[in-house]
Amino acid sequence: MSYDVAIVGAGPAGMSAAIRLREFGASVVVIDEQPSPGGQIFRGIERNASSPVFPALGKDYQKGQALAAAFRVSGAEYLPSTQVWQIEDGWNLYLTAEGKAQRIAARAVLLANGAQERPVPFAGWTLPGVMTVGAAQILLKSGGMLPEGKVWIAGAGPLPLLYATQLLNLGGRIAGFLDTSTPPRLSALRRLPGAWRDFGGLLKGLRWLRGIKRSGIIVRGFSDLRAEGNEHLEHLTWEMEGKRHRVEADVLLVHEGVVPRIHETLALGCAHHWNDEQGYLAAKVDRWGESSRKSLFVAGDASGIGGWLAATISGEIAALGIAGRLGISSETDRLRKRAHLDRRRKRALALRPFLDAMYPPPRNRLPDDVIACRCEEVTAGAIRAAARNSPADPSAVKAATRCGMGPCQGRQCGYTVQALLAEVHGLPVSEVRFFHIRPPLKPVTLGEIASLEKADRAT
Amino acid sequence: MFKSVREQLGKRSDMIVLVNGVETPAWDGETVASVLLRVPGAGRRSPVSGTPRLPYCQMGVCFECLAIVDGIASTQGCLVPVRPGMRIESQRGPREISR
Repeated sequence: MSYDVAIVGAGPAGMSAAIRLREFGASVVVIDEQPSPGGQIFRGIERNASSPVFPALGKDYQKGQALAAAFRVSGAEYLPSTQVWQIEDGWNLYLTAEGKAQRIAARAVLLANGAQERPVPFAGWTLPGVMTVGAAQILLKSGGMLPEGKVWIAGAGPLPLLYATQLLNLGGRIAGFLDTSTPPRLSALRRLPGAWRDFGGLLKGLRWLRGIKRSGIIVRGFSDLRAEGNEHLEHLTWEMEGKRHRVEADVLLVHEGVVPRIHETLALGCAHHWNDEQGYLAAKVDRWGESSRKSLFVAGDASGIGGWLAATISGEIAALGIAGRLGISSETDRLRKRAHLDRRRKRALALRPFLDAMYPPPRNRLPDDVIACRCEEVTAGAIRAAARNSPADPSAVKAATRCGMGPCQGRQCGYTVQALLAEVHGLPVSEVRFFHIRPPLKPVTLGEIASLEKADRAT
Repeated sequence: MFKSVREQLGKRSDMIVLVNGVETPAWDGETVASVLLRVPGAGRRSPVSGTPRLPYCQMGVCFECLAIVDGIASTQGCLVPVRPGMRIESQRGPREISR
């Protein structure tokens, strides 16, 4: 099959780009790993309206309903439960669904594949019972699941506060909140005036925090958090004021912000920039969302973390950019102005500089015994040892330790390896590169590749 | 470790799935990964050390939710919604060629 535009991701950016491009009459296909549209932020949005969790998920979540409905009637072809494992020049996309592969062609590609939670290793983070806050929130949105027993949250940023509030509103309980944020630095306070433009957002954060304080204990100023137990999480320990503290725990939810998904743009050789404050890579894009590769666009959190509202607007801007690039519209500048896209995006991003400065990624020294690569179970100590005997290059560490060679393909350990190499070689992290990302972008079986030839012959 | 809100409200489950051969209630919208978190001991074992693992990210990134679903091993459980009668088996170690 051949289309004008292939969009990867049916979250806020992908859906709004698809809707806009269909208004121009472009043929659009939207490919998404999930069974229904919405992305992680609006996960389960079509099904949840009648669910008892719907009111607790809040007004922002409910706004996803209209977007998903507009996407459904947009006329874009929609391929749910489908993974993209290879993108080639021209463009050809290789997909797998239900164990069968297929190839589709497109004149332009929009990557709207969003973000993932920043992996932050600590002792015991592979124990059953430990997972991310985002994961728990997805369980709530998709199946209406609440954690049971002694539930602890450790982390920083808006998401733990939002999730804890949703949980409490549904009658859930939190044993305690381990706040990993550091006291606001000058850089954060300097950005407060700009953040007032999103007064509602600021107020929301304060209200969330008050609710948590009422329901459980808040621990601040601790270090060396450890999750311990035999076969599953049983207790947490941490160091505070020269003393080791210990509590019972059944579930620990962790969160240290989100980072863009970069495997696709790295594999395609796009230029990236290093966001030093938030410690992540993102594809460089121009004012239309076009990457350094012609007719390859990136929108939403995948091009830098901005949240769902900014993502819908950047999706719309990328749609205009693609329409211009493909010669579908010659009025893109005028349309951009008329829809006030730049002003709306600026407002949607008003709180972001403040949040970015408030919640920098943790930069504590990782103990040697902590597993950095979950798949191949490589410890920070083993990576340091390999790093000392090699140039400051993740490929050397990978070859020596198997770190990054498991099924997640470095999605969980990439930044950790980069940081450990920088530490050992005394370099700024920005001067150490990420793993070389090569296809396939997701594990694919020989059977799936074989099914491709049959599908190609049939068309 | 996790429980359905609707179960807490006294509602009946939407379907039955088989987890390692045992009939298990399941809920519309939940994924295989969600079931793994509700049934004690249903998670996978790491192919490296054999230690137990459970789903970590729920968004297709970490591959900790790998399970044998309707006979197909190394299925990412977080991407697959449950279906009535679905057979979910724990994946112990690496994928075998036979499945």
